[in-house]
Amino acid sequence: MNLEKVIFGFFIVLAATLNFGFFLGDIERPELHNVYELAAALIVSLIATALKFGDRTQIGAIHLSTSLVADLQLIAAAITWGAAVHITGVGMTPHVTSSVVSLSGGALFANVVSVIILIIETVMMRR
Amino acid sequence: MNSAFFLVLRRMRAPIIVLIVIYAIAVIGLTLVPGVDAEGKVAAPLSFFHAFYFVSYTATTIGFGEIPNAFSDAQRLWVTICIYLTVVGWSYSVVTLIALLQDKGFQNTLTTNRFVRRIHHLKEPFYLVCGCGETGNLICRTFDRTNQAFVVIEKDELRVQELDLQDFKTDTPALAADARQPDNLLLGGLKHAKCRGVLAATNDEESNLAIAIAVRLLNPNIPVIARVRSAPLAANMASFGTNHIINPYERFAEHLAMAVAAPERFRLTELLTSLPETPMPAPHRPPKGHWILCGYGRFGHAIASRLAATGIRLTIIDPKAADADHRIPGDGTEAHTLLQAGISNAAGIIAGTDNDVNNLSIAVTAHQLNPALFVVARQNHSANSALFDAYGADFTMVHSQIVAQECIAILTAPLLARFLEQLHDQDEIWSHGLVERLQLLGDGLTPAVWDIKLNISEAPAAYKALMHDRHFKLGDILRDGTDRSLPLPAVTLLVERAEQIFLLPDDNFSLAAGDQLLLASSLAAQRNFEFTVRNAIELDYVLTGQEGSGSWLWQKLSGAGR
Repeated sequence: MNLEKVIFGFFIVLAATLNFGFFLGDIERPELHNVYELAAALIVSLIATALKFGDRTQIGAIHLSTSLVADLQLIAAAITWGAAVHITGVGMTPHVTSSVVSLSGGALFANVVSVIILIIETVMMRR
Repeated sequence: MNSAFFLVLRRMRAPIIVLIVIYAIAVIGLTLVPGVDAEGKVAAPLSFFHAFYFVSYTATTIGFGEIPNAFSDAQRLWVTICIYLTVVGWSYSVVTLIALLQDKGFQNTLTTNRFVRRIHHLKEPFYLVCGCGETGNLICRTFDRTNQAFVVIEKDELRVQELDLQDFKTDTPALAADARQPDNLLLGGLKHAKCRGVLAATNDEESNLAIAIAVRLLNPNIPVIARVRSAPLAANMASFGTNHIINPYERFAEHLAMAVAAPERFRLTELLTSLPETPMPAPHRPPKGHWILCGYGRFGHAIASRLAATGIRLTIIDPKAADADHRIPGDGTEAHTLLQAGISNAAGIIAGTDNDVNNLSIAVTAHQLNPALFVVARQNHSANSALFDAYGADFTMVHSQIVAQECIAILTAPLLARFLEQLHDQDEIWSHGLVERLQLLGDGLTPAVWDIKLNISEAPAAYKALMHDRHFKLGDILRDGTDRSLPLPAVTLLVERAEQIFLLPDDNFSLAAGDQLLLASSLAAQRNFEFTVRNAIELDYVLTGQEGSGSWLWQKLSGAGR
């Protein structure tokens, strides 16, 4: 067993599960989407990205790009949230909530791709 | 993407993760700790937005203060912890990055990348010079003076750095790497479309052999010129088709023997093969008769075998060589040794040991014993030039110079070798006449010898004119492009047409398309001529005296008016 692989797999799956947890629930109702869960998803996603740095293989490149997509979507969701509460002051209306959750939904898709690549990589491994 | 970028990402992985974790702890902590409002009552904690803003400016030690409201004591406690955490995190990242930038391996990657990029972007034909010692340096400087692009691979990093300090006109790509590794030769552009040839001029002849065979196998289309000292290695190189093998000892011995047997022909060869626009060498007239040779190594053997053919009687002094004359004790640096060898009625002496100080000592002692003696001195290191110049032997052998001269002569004028072959059939008077003409070309400087082919790539204007039945003679085109009443100071040594050779053609020689010309002139005259044969308007002026116009409209108008 390789500790590096354990940590790598752990963060990728955790990023996907946290993202899924935040995404779950009625898309218009802010009380079903916790801000801490979004924060955790973003942080874990960033860590997963950093773990993928410096791999020169083709599969490593795809890994990195899916993570970058997820980061981008989650950062966009966080900025939307922050802007609605602090800058425009409209608060978490159904409209804002649905944008935030759908952005995180996009990130969830990228994270799922990332998990699928991880599974493919594991299946292809010969040792 | 290049490897340096990946290296940075890989090394920065740990610091970036540490930083993300520290930021996460600090931000989430701040969103949990309750604040206080203006009346001192407990208020809601900071939102994620404010917490991230606060941590961002605190962690980078900017410190705007407590924004948006004054903090509660609980918040201050947490912020104190955060400050230490984040400062440590940032310091760790910055220190890692700086260490990475100073890392030898990383810097090598960077310089190699830059080198490869520059080679990739080279647009003009270039030569790959392996080894930049005394010989390589001399070759590089000559290339630089004649505006020839080149690339240097040198094992010694110090020498590569010194190359940067030299006053080159162009910024030469140089790589500190072992040229014996084929990978390094490939990095240096061995398979580059513009690579014209490889010069293996390192001090180590085994390396030169490795370079020669690598070039033969990896890019058989380009010539490789290698320097050797020993005969077996030269034979080895010749066996797999190294184009030119230069053995400085053999070459010098040949020259010395030629100087004895045919001084005018030697003078001619010397003028044609010396580095372009260097001070004219003094004529050498070594006498026949009895000579003394000190030092009987590879150099001594080469000299002895060549001089034997010219009828010179040699006394060989070398206590270390088995086949030297052992009746004479000593190595030649002492007067009694030389006297015993018969210096008082000798015609010449060759100080040919591998020690510069001994060679000078032999030369000075011999000169005192017999001032009329012809002294040949071997100089092993160019660092001792000042001493040898001060002494002023009749003939000094500097092997780095011999190799460099021959490399330049072969590369800049491939026809020169054919011309030199032709010399054997010519007598001394003919050679003397040509020497006189060559000496008039540049004031006290040796001429540059170069060739040009009247084809579409090297001389497009002249080629098109000849193809359109506009015939001109050699004397018509060898005129000064700035004032056509003046002849261009150049000597046409040879014209090659298909397999035919015309030696020293005169001004009435009719040129044809595809002719290859070998000329001797100053570098300025070379540029002048090249401009004439490339530019149709210049060519018109030189041939007819009419200043034409390049514009299509003007050509039509003048054509209609005629």
